[in-house]
Amino acid sequence: MYPFGEDDPVKCLVYFAQIHETFRRAELDALGELYGINVEWEDYSDNSPFSIIKLASRREARKLVGRSILAKGIYELWGVAPDYNELHKFVRVNTAKMWPSCMGKSFKFYVEAFNGKRSQSEQHRIIEQFAYLGLDGSISMKNPEMTFNVMEEYKNKHVKAPTRVFLGRLLAVGSRHLVDTYDLKKRHYIGTTSMDAELGLITANFALTAPGKIAYDPFVGTGSFLVSCSQFGAYTLGSDIDGRQVRGKKGRSVLSNFKQYGLVSTYLDGFVSDLTNTPLRKTRFLDAIVCDPPYGVREGLRVLGSRDPEKAKEPVVRDGELRYLQDGYIPPKRPYSFLAMLDDILQFAADHLVSGGRLCFWMPTANEDFSQLDIPTHPELEIVSVCVQEFNKWSRRLLTYSRKKGDPIIEQAASRSAEIAEPEKKKVTADELNTFRKKYFEGFRPVS
Amino acid sequence: MKILTSNYITCAVKACKSSTLSFPLHFQDAELVQEEVDFNAEFIVGILPRIEWDALIVTAAELGFTNLPAQKPEPTEEAPLGEQVLKDLHKLLLETQVTEGKLVCGNCQHIYNIHQGIANFLLPNHLV
Ligand SMILES: C[S@@+](CC[C@H](N)C(=O)[O-])C[C@H]1O[C@@H](n2cnc3c(N)ncnc32)[C@H](O)[C@@H]1O
Ligand SMILES: [Zn+2]
Repeated sequence: MYPFGEDDPVKCLVYFAQIHETFRRAELDALGELYGINVEWEDYSDNSPFSIIKLASRREARKLVGRSILAKGIYELWGVAPDYNELHKFVRVNTAKMWPSCMGKSFKFYVEAFNGKRSQSEQHRIIEQFAYLGLDGSISMKNPEMTFNVMEEYKNKHVKAPTRVFLGRLLAVGSRHLVDTYDLKKRHYIGTTSMDAELGLITANFALTAPGKIAYDPFVGTGSFLVSCSQFGAYTLGSDIDGRQVRGKKGRSVLSNFKQYGLVSTYLDGFVSDLTNTPLRKTRFLDAIVCDPPYGVREGLRVLGSRDPEKAKEPVVRDGELRYLQDGYIPPKRPYSFLAMLDDILQFAADHLVSGGRLCFWMPTANEDFSQLDIPTHPELEIVSVCVQEFNKWSRRLLTYSRKKGDPIIEQAASRSAEIAEPEKKKVTADELNTFRKKYFEGFRPVS
Repeated sequence: MKILTSNYITCAVKACKSSTLSFPLHFQDAELVQEEVDFNAEFIVGILPRIEWDALIVTAAELGFTNLPAQKPEPTEEAPLGEQVLKDLHKLLLETQVTEGKLVCGNCQHIYNIHQGIANFLLPNHLV
């Protein structure tokens, strides 16, 4: 019943971190897509850290989870049952064929309880009950050839008995240690809107970044997404309308972050530009676009141009010299609507991503006014996943799109940009253009 | 700015996009720096089809590198690119950077400054 060769199909237990629940399945699906691995979900719930999937081989299992941020580990599932009696019954009958292959190998046996606690002596008692496996190798806590895990799941912290118990043999651990490596508290250069390490790394997984690919962040800020993408081997490019962000100061900059993590070889460039007036040639050369666009709360959502549409359309000359060439020149900027910016991002992605390339961006919303309809769409981009991070009165979503095959529909693009450009021409305030910002400062009062 | 990046950069002025004169932008008063970075043959092979070769020749020549072949190397399964060709491309595309200087549009003549390796493509009001 349980084939156990390296290349035999296998039922696996995935042990997830109980955090960012709605991202967990999407992350493994993304890694499946990246490696061409078909993940069949047999059992999954946002309320449990334990999930069961079917894979074509153990080799695939190791590959799939190896760089996951949200999966702590993946195990061959030796058994799952509502209590220990049932578990032992099952394991005795169904895994006996595996036992000979375990002989003479050093091992370690763990007990982990979700929502529960087990004292040392209870753990020993639980482990001893598996004596019938007949493991005869030495016990090695440091470097065992096999690691067995008994996992217990309790409904809540008050119940005495677990509702589910699992036995699994470890195939691979994930990459959660990177969350600590990239911890913002230890990062050389950060800002008020740096993306936290964990979500930055998850975003890089959703974007299918990998060695040799090119990823771009048009709102690079302090470069949180870029270092995450480069961690997985991608070459990275970033830009920001605010030159101070890219340059940093006193030796702390996007580049110095790359130096800190030893990733300089994959940092292509940082430059200063406005997404709505991009210098990037319209050609499909990017494998991934990852960003947290400005939504105008802690940072301005601005584009180039004067607030006053009547203003100087002639070059400004000062002291007989073109003003814009002088040191310290800062071009005028005007407020812009968040929705128009979202459309611009989608169009930019359609124009610059290779087929199958990914756009991943974060979008904040006030909780009461979000519906499925608010997910921006584009005819050349297919929505892959929508994952939510909830806060008290607002939430933000990570939207992931895949660039469809084929050429961009140019006419459609042109008519869309005409549509959104129009209302922008009047003189308006940031709040009028940005309902999220307005609600944020109003403290998300429910609309009466 | 790395030479590779310059192959994807054109004039930020919208009216220039349709003009063939706006790409590549032209380096002026460029200070060049060579900085060693890890060699990744796979990346060079993968990026080659996404490079506009004629523009690369123009850019390279303006910076004093005149030994690029006139035609883009076209590797095949029987004849993959040799290690030396890849290393030369790596050196030009990823290890050569302009740290100070200007990029000029051949269509509108607008000048973009490069300072400490970071180019500034923000436009004054009359060009937006
Ligand atoms: C939410 S922050 C991104 C922070 C970034 N993820 C980080 O790790 O630091 C948004 C950034 O967008 C920039 N920005 C605002 N308007 C822009 C525009 N029109 N084009 C390009 N960047 C813009 C801001 O300067 C800011 O750095
Ligand atoms: Zn121009």
